[in-house]
Amino acid sequence: MKQIVKRLLETIVVLLGVILLIFIMLRVVPGDPVTTLLGEHVNQQTIDRLTKTMHLDRPILEQFFLYVGGLLRGDMGQSYKYNRPVTQMIMDAFPYTLALAIMASIFAWALGLILGIFAAVKQNRLPDHLFMGISLFGVSMPVFMAALFLQYLFAFKWKVLPLKADGSFLSMILPAIALGWNSAGSVARITRSSLLEAMQADYIDTAKAKGLLGRAVILRHALKNSMLPVITMMALQLSSMLSGAVISETVFAIPGIGRLATSAIENRDMPVLQGTVIFTTVIVIAGNFIADILYSVLDPRIRKAA
Amino acid sequence: MTIRRRKELVRELEQRSFSADASAENPGAAENGAKEELASQIGEKDGIAERMLRMCRQNKLALVSAIVILIIILLAVFAPLIAPYGEAQQDVINRLQGPSLKHLFGTDELGRDVFSRILYGSRVSLIVGILPSLIALVIGVVMGLLAGYFGGAVDALIMRLADIMLSIPSLLLAMVIMYTLGASTINLFIALSMINWASIARVVRSQTLSLKESEYVEAARSIGVSSGKIMFRHIFPNCIPSLIVLFTLEVPSSILSESSLSFLGIGVQPPAASWGLMVNQAKQFLFTQPWLSLAPCISIMVVVLAFNFLGDGLRDVLDPHMKNS
Repeated sequence: MKQIVKRLLETIVVLLGVILLIFIMLRVVPGDPVTTLLGEHVNQQTIDRLTKTMHLDRPILEQFFLYVGGLLRGDMGQSYKYNRPVTQMIMDAFPYTLALAIMASIFAWALGLILGIFAAVKQNRLPDHLFMGISLFGVSMPVFMAALFLQYLFAFKWKVLPLKADGSFLSMILPAIALGWNSAGSVARITRSSLLEAMQADYIDTAKAKGLLGRAVILRHALKNSMLPVITMMALQLSSMLSGAVISETVFAIPGIGRLATSAIENRDMPVLQGTVIFTTVIVIAGNFIADILYSVLDPRIRKAA
Repeated sequence: MTIRRRKELVRELEQRSFSADASAENPGAAENGAKEELASQIGEKDGIAERMLRMCRQNKLALVSAIVILIIILLAVFAPLIAPYGEAQQDVINRLQGPSLKHLFGTDELGRDVFSRILYGSRVSLIVGILPSLIALVIGVVMGLLAGYFGGAVDALIMRLADIMLSIPSLLLAMVIMYTLGASTINLFIALSMINWASIARVVRSQTLSLKESEYVEAARSIGVSSGKIMFRHIFPNCIPSLIVLFTLEVPSSILSESSLSFLGIGVQPPAASWGLMVNQAKQFLFTQPWLSLAPCISIMVVVLAFNFLGDGLRDVLDPHMKNS
């Protein structure tokens, strides 16, 4: 319990640091945001009014505390371009990204575990080299490449799945595979190596000596104990997955968080960019925190040590 | 020696050094002897060059990858001599043509030769892969050494900063930096250097922490060697094997980040050619002229794959303790 509280405090410090860092980075941008927003030809009154509502006349540290205060109330400011609350725009976009990330994770887990287990069982034989080759292909393939070619083959050439995402389940399959492909490679590699390690343990010899069949030994004993690194790995993958979502959403025209961020850059819409990046990072940090807790719940050795 | 056998040896070595630490006050001479024998068996006593040569002999994949990388670097350096057409040489009448003998990979929407642009693009992609990784390496080493050696408040500050950098998804962080600085190749260098140092700092810090306690560092300190000299003369050289591995694996991730940013239109700007930017421009012709997207995509993948294979091979010989990371 004490460990969890300590970890929680650390997490909060990092979170505040992230907000401060992004806040400062976006405010050293050259040029006055008000002029960027309104153009050159507006009267001084409009400029003053907007400067006031955006708190741009206050010192930067005060702006920061005003922003954090707003965050706690769920207020991330107004979009320059659309004049809508950023929070609302993010909440509209988030379900798409969430669905995409969940489907991609399921795909990555399923494919990664299958490849990893087979490779470990057939260690140093053809399936091992083949499957590890495939995984390294997965890791090395840029998300946009997977996305473009899935789109070309399955949506354009064979016309089995929709070209653009329309929110239906079917239309999310290709974007999810494009996104999960990368992580599947990592999951496969880590599953293989941690399974191989687990299979060298004494209790595996015991299980074999008891006369258990190879498959039972692997599934019941070795796999269970080799899943911890894979879980940590998936939590770490969350970050790169949300990065990749930006690309997958762009290719398949999904109105998710990533699309929101790229369009915010095109529109020079600072509050939206700031909101999406902070929101995404909060999810990553929360994911890592949960994985940490899960790790200690799942592994009695760590639980006892803490 | 098979990989498995070596892994067993490594584990044994680790356990022994662990128990040696525990009984540091009275280190048995026999135990130390056994440790050294084990170390020489897995080749830990060999120099970096010897270990790399061994990798070339044993790991054909890594050797092939190294050769591929060398060829690509040569192609990039001599691009103006090899490329049949200029980087921006247009031939609008022959636009959007399929692959032929005249244009190996076809021509793009302005009639530029795709093969030539791939060659020129490799310069940007390789430089963006290598240079920011080097800068990130330097920052990471300095930060890691400082954090590990001085500990306390310095350590806490640097490591929290690293935590912060690592928790922001890298592409989004790069997007924020590119938004602030504006899209250009130079700014891309800055963005990629800034996002990559943190993971290197972590590795260097943890190695510094253990090296700091070693006897030779203690000896150096006791005869009054300055902190800076200890860090860079005595601790840093021991981090080099891991750094070579980290660097080799950092390059492909930088190349992927560059291509992703350029693909989104916020990286390298036209008329310069970069592989990611070429895909960005080709994607509108995906259904009619798919080869336009195919050529730069395959190029990116070949380079990234080669660096990953080489990095894996180097890790096996240079840094067998660093697994799965």
